[in-house]
Amino acid sequence: MKSVTVIGASLAGLYAARALRSQGFDGRLTIVGDEHHRPYDRPPLSKDFLTGTTGQDQLALADAEETAELDAEWLLGTRATGLDAGSRAVRLDTGRTLTTDGVVLATGAIPRRLPGPGSPPSGTHTLRTLEDARALRRDLTGGGPARVVVIGGGFIGAEVASSCAALGHHVTVVEAAPLPLVPQLGRDMAELCSRLHADHGVTLLTGTGVTQLHSAGVDDRVTAVELADGRLLPADAVVVGIGVRPATDWLADSGLPLDNGVRCDAGCATPIPSVVAVGDVANVNGTRAEHWTSATEQAATAARNLLAGRSVATHQGLPYFWSDQYGVRIQFAGRRLPGATPRILEGSPDDRSFLAGYERDGRTTAVLALNRPRPFMRLRRELARAAQPATT
Amino acid sequence: MIPVCHLDDLPVGESIRIDTAPPIAVFNADGELYAIDDTCTHQDASLADGWVEGCLVECPLHAASFDLRTGAPTCLPARRAVRTHPVTVENGMVYVHHAAEEGTAA
Repeated sequence: MKSVTVIGASLAGLYAARALRSQGFDGRLTIVGDEHHRPYDRPPLSKDFLTGTTGQDQLALADAEETAELDAEWLLGTRATGLDAGSRAVRLDTGRTLTTDGVVLATGAIPRRLPGPGSPPSGTHTLRTLEDARALRRDLTGGGPARVVVIGGGFIGAEVASSCAALGHHVTVVEAAPLPLVPQLGRDMAELCSRLHADHGVTLLTGTGVTQLHSAGVDDRVTAVELADGRLLPADAVVVGIGVRPATDWLADSGLPLDNGVRCDAGCATPIPSVVAVGDVANVNGTRAEHWTSATEQAATAARNLLAGRSVATHQGLPYFWSDQYGVRIQFAGRRLPGATPRILEGSPDDRSFLAGYERDGRTTAVLALNRPRPFMRLRRELARAAQPATT
Repeated sequence: MIPVCHLDDLPVGESIRIDTAPPIAVFNADGELYAIDDTCTHQDASLADGWVEGCLVECPLHAASFDLRTGAPTCLPARRAVRTHPVTVENGMVYVHHAAEEGTAA
């Protein structure tokens, strides 16, 4: 393999590029990114970057020396608009077509928007990119306390709500489901985590959707959020955190199977072995993870298989994610099986500090911790070890 | 020189965080004591909560790993070293000698 194009100057894209180099690929490496920035870390965008304790310079995922070592051609501010997977030809919005021996798809995901025609009123935000975070931060730091409505009570929504509360704003979180985070944590643990909002003076409204945003003025500024039950929540700023969809629009005529992401085998390879996918855009063996750690782990597997020309390695990492909200670090690892019962192993939910194991048939398959990083890590490692296939 | 705890309170495999500015983590790795800056250079996480194996500590958040002897990162995502601080034991008490405080380079 003499040349590889990585589409996506993201965490997954950068780690794939690094993995290719560290696994001996010394050919031509091109990294295409639609943002103007070199790869940066997204998790702080909803947390310390929003509150102002982390600056942009602390987000970079590679320093100048590492970037130089990568010896890649960077095409930033450049969008890939199409791919012919069979010939591995990538069309760019600059009119150029890149044809290389291998292609890594790492275009990530795009925030879902509220349904409805037209563009949302000003003061309405989604949060995915550095520019999104900057725009939101401008709205949150412009004046005194504002009324912020966060639509969606998932992890991004909860973290943004926490950051807004820390900045002194009046925050309401609106969640369409009866309880947020149930798909991730199960009902009992989701209930415990959702209490963090009230602990910090944030109102959580559940079981109601949003029908429309009201706006006024020449700048079409958002003024209120109208709920399905008729309530009207006055709002100076609105953050929409209702999930993401994989960024596969540009692959519609690529010939690749698209099904909640780019469908890959357990080795991150598409049916065309010289095209692999990593990170949020990849549906690996039926699962599309949106986690930081899986993006980095998949990159090493994908690079290996791309260079081998077939899937010689599979990605078997234990799912892991974390969320920081209201000064509480929530960590989760493993697979929560249907019908599994969470059991508090140490600590106390009342103290917002505990370790819980999800058990089924006497076996623990997942672990959740609030502010218990050390025992969490021990259990996470045990689960990872138990999940390893037996070797002889 | 900062008193940390009694040696008996820091058994093998254990670690303790002291609230200096910035905080310092003290480890007992197989009987050897080490002190390093507690905050991972990648993102806000306490290395005192990390996983110690041999002379390495793994960050509890992202699995960045540091060499307790040198403070150097041994794998991504961390890229910058943490400072190390000398540790002594006197009359059964563990003391950390804050590197910056005493003007020594880390």
